[in-house]
Amino acid sequence: MSDQLKKKLKLKVSAINNGTVIDHIPSENLFKVISILGLQKVKTQITFGANFESEKLGSKAIIKLSDVFFEDDEINKISLIARNAKLNIIRDYEVVEKRVVEVPDKVIGIVKCFNPKCITNNEEITTYFTVISKNPLDLKCKYCEKITHEHQMVIK
Amino acid sequence: MKKRDLISITDYSKEDYLRILELAADFEKNPNQRLLEGKVVASLFFEPSTRTRLSFETAINRLGGRIIGFSDAGSSSVSKGETLHDTTKMVSNYVDLIVMRHPLEGSARYAAEVADVPVINAGDGANQHPTQTLLDMYSILKTQGTLDNINIFMIGDLKYGRTVHSLLMAMSEFENPIFNFIAPEELAMPEEYKLFLKEKGIRYFEHSEINENINHADIIYMTRVQKERFMDPIEYEKVKNVYILRNSMLKNTKPNMRILHPLPRVNEIHPDVDDNEKAYYFEQARNGVYARQAIISHILKLK
Repeated sequence: MSDQLKKKLKLKVSAINNGTVIDHIPSENLFKVISILGLQKVKTQITFGANFESEKLGSKAIIKLSDVFFEDDEINKISLIARNAKLNIIRDYEVVEKRVVEVPDKVIGIVKCFNPKCITNNEEITTYFTVISKNPLDLKCKYCEKITHEHQMVIK
Repeated sequence: MKKRDLISITDYSKEDYLRILELAADFEKNPNQRLLEGKVVASLFFEPSTRTRLSFETAINRLGGRIIGFSDAGSSSVSKGETLHDTTKMVSNYVDLIVMRHPLEGSARYAAEVADVPVINAGDGANQHPTQTLLDMYSILKTQGTLDNINIFMIGDLKYGRTVHSLLMAMSEFENPIFNFIAPEELAMPEEYKLFLKEKGIRYFEHSEINENINHADIIYMTRVQKERFMDPIEYEKVKNVYILRNSMLKNTKPNMRILHPLPRVNEIHPDVDDNEKAYYFEQARNGVYARQAIISHILKLK
């Protein structure tokens, strides 16, 4: 059997008619991605799986969403924890568009400021960061003006 | 119309600085100008800071304004558990301007978002204290006659000292400044500020001790080396006496050189410096009232 055919067969197992497939999510961040995108509130059919083999990531997770499509702003939120995520937009069982996620210029909510003395860690306030470097990721807090580096990043 | 807060020194442009310094000179000549007559200012000090509070309240009084507020969180509704959001929202209904000091970083920026009236940051934790920077600039301008071509020596805690960071940013807007940093390794000027200077093509030098290099200085800006900043108390003991400025060190310094310090000082400036005409730190504190009158007038467009 050719690789192409194998791939096709594999895909067909849980192919969706219309919707979005988010691929190449690091397995350990699957549930964070679900939470960031608010998928727990989605009413249409969702399939997700983790710990698939991946050459790039070692282990990857995948989410298939029927009849759900994302705006760039929305999907780019996951770029912080799924840097290499790829989106396949499906219409009538065919991939009609492929997209990669991009780190946005502003990160609103999602990430905690690393500074324990920041007001955002002491009162109910939505965090707000300006991305000052995308690789490695450096986020400057609008409030305390301190920089949260990638290795200090905690998802809210 | 967008309200004009002063939260961080970088909120202001060079034009704003120059306007405020011009106004400060005017208030120094004529301190009692009742431009705030009929207006109420909130002075919200969530942590005590006697010097800053009295300086602001003097400025407001000299402008003829009324003051409401508190001088520490214990005597406010905060002790009942009220959030900063609610306190700010409530006070903002009563007054024309809020002056705020708070121990948490970013609190002033947040209060400015919540309040309908302008907010002046009188210190938010270790983050920003922009009115101190403006009074430092006014002191430099007054003693040097210009803010261009100034050689500034910053000595002491350059890592956590918010005043040196803000002064560095503000002075970088002027022509050809030179910075010299003298600090123990643990309290050295952070990389991000050195990078900022490099990117702007501004010269800076680092030294590990106070020596004859200070003879090039136009301004010596002293800060306190605080014991609690050191992880290892032995390290503190090693450096605590290295960064003390003594009168004998000033013999060959430039005649125009002046020593600034945000105060309170502990032992980093020996009392034998106080009588030297180059000691400027007490006058510097007096300039704070004029600078704050100027800032209030600028923000409320009183002049």
